[in-house]
Amino acid sequence: MSLKSEEVIAIAHLARLGIEDAAIDDYARDLSRILDLVAEMNTVDTEGVAPMAHPLDAAQRLRPDAITETNQRDKFQSIAPDVEAGLYRVPKVIE
Amino acid sequence: MNWETVIGLEIHAQLATRSKIFSGASTAFGAEPNTQACAVDLGLPGVLPVLNEEAVNMAIKFALAIDAEIGRESVFARKNYFYPDLPKGYQISQFELPIVGRGQVSISLGEGDSRVIGVTRAHLEEDAGKSLHDQFADMTGIDLNRAGTPLLEIVSEPDMRSAKEAVAYARKIHALVQYLGICDGNMQEGSFRCDANVSVRPAGQQELGTRTELKNINSFRFLERAINHEVRRQIEILEDGGRIVQETRLYDAERDETRSMRSKEEANDYRYFPDPDLLPVRIDDARIERIRATLPELPEQKRQRYISELGLSEYNAELLSASREIAAYFEAALAEAEALSVPLANWILGEVTGALNKADLGFDACPVPPARLAGLLRRIDDDTISGKIAKEVFEAMWNGEGDADAIIEARGLRQISDSGELEAMIDAAIAEHPAQVEQFRAGKEKVLGFFVGQIMKQTRGKANPGQVNALLREKLKG
Repeated sequence: MSLKSEEVIAIAHLARLGIEDAAIDDYARDLSRILDLVAEMNTVDTEGVAPMAHPLDAAQRLRPDAITETNQRDKFQSIAPDVEAGLYRVPKVIE
Repeated sequence: MNWETVIGLEIHAQLATRSKIFSGASTAFGAEPNTQACAVDLGLPGVLPVLNEEAVNMAIKFALAIDAEIGRESVFARKNYFYPDLPKGYQISQFELPIVGRGQVSISLGEGDSRVIGVTRAHLEEDAGKSLHDQFADMTGIDLNRAGTPLLEIVSEPDMRSAKEAVAYARKIHALVQYLGICDGNMQEGSFRCDANVSVRPAGQQELGTRTELKNINSFRFLERAINHEVRRQIEILEDGGRIVQETRLYDAERDETRSMRSKEEANDYRYFPDPDLLPVRIDDARIERIRATLPELPEQKRQRYISELGLSEYNAELLSASREIAAYFEAALAEAEALSVPLANWILGEVTGALNKADLGFDACPVPPARLAGLLRRIDDDTISGKIAKEVFEAMWNGEGDADAIIEARGLRQISDSGELEAMIDAAIAEHPAQVEQFRAGKEKVLGFFVGQIMKQTRGKANPGQVNALLREKLKG
């Protein structure tokens, strides 16, 4: 399986990663090798083996429905680049 | 050409937990911005989500209510997209293995007509924060209080064939989640949100047409209007030889139109994968049975009981079981006047509903408490007052003048059932109107009404109508 350079560009865009044009071919080759490895693993006979969603064979622990957090807005917002009237400010988003 | 409309709904119900789905921050509505967004909700480095047990229980409750399969092992997945009100860059949702599988609800379309609508699945997920576009001139403000609030996304099959059916289904789910106490159903505050997938196809065609998704619908009225509008738009395009573009459209209630939001092709590559921070959720029989034991009587069961045990008409039973508030009001009144189920139903659906609609109030804010309504109907039943006078008493109760007995006493509204007193009035009326007496005796039945009117006028409506009728007939025969 070999990825085309357009696919690399599309994937980088979805992940909001900036990559240099000169590096695209390298990424295409490296990612293709990973996909090849997955393809190879796919040939293993897994008949009768239940798929796992997590490497640990354990179940999710549940938490009682109780409010345990207090308001720490000032602390959180002290590290934010732009804050006003309690809101985080970001460049205008238009839909 | 004849077109068939096909509609599926995605409903987001905010679950009524105290704390968030993966953190211990409060979910209370209306707090100062960002005061209920903790490190987990903000997606700060090093935090781990821990699942809220109550959110799981509520999802199971819903599954039991719609007779759905319960995912004994369900898995959380990351839905990846970038938006400023989604701090982690992904939403924790469920994809391949949701907690609620296939189920169904039955909707009523009036006049005994009902349909079964399939529920494909329902899954748990976290809500995003809120983007405030109007707060600043050139910037967007982000409030993350809502980030991490538990949602149950309920996805229907494309089983609905008209806007009316879609509204009936949405109302049914709305009533159900409130009956179950898992969602407050407040559409204004966004606790219950509807997206509609709409397509049309030539009647008789099997294959589905290209659909559009309608968002931003915050009332049942708008749901109906948005769908009707979208159906017309699609038919016009197709009849002009065009084709429908699969896209998300926003409904604008002010202009009553939908408009394109963004093309889905690119934006929708969410790259779901199992969230490594969360283990699979296992649900055992013991939990399911524990929750089953807490299920309240559901609308369908109530409806049937109202018909079979209380003798209500199908129509009244349907309306009285349609929401938790109206059913609670009816049952509270019934507890005070057990034999009066039918008149209570008529009054609640007539006078009381009318007055509430006029005042724009819900049943839980009704100025006439159910026990007082029952008290009023007991006085009609024991002939203390007539149905007509009862309306006057109801109005007085509505205005806070006390209970029915107090108002009847204070205003002197007690019905005159003393036959001696009535007989004297009737004799006088007969003596005064010999011409009408002649007409009656000549077979003109309608004249009886004239005499009844005379007596009612004299007694200002307080005479017992049945008794007046009987006495008049007897005396007019001569």
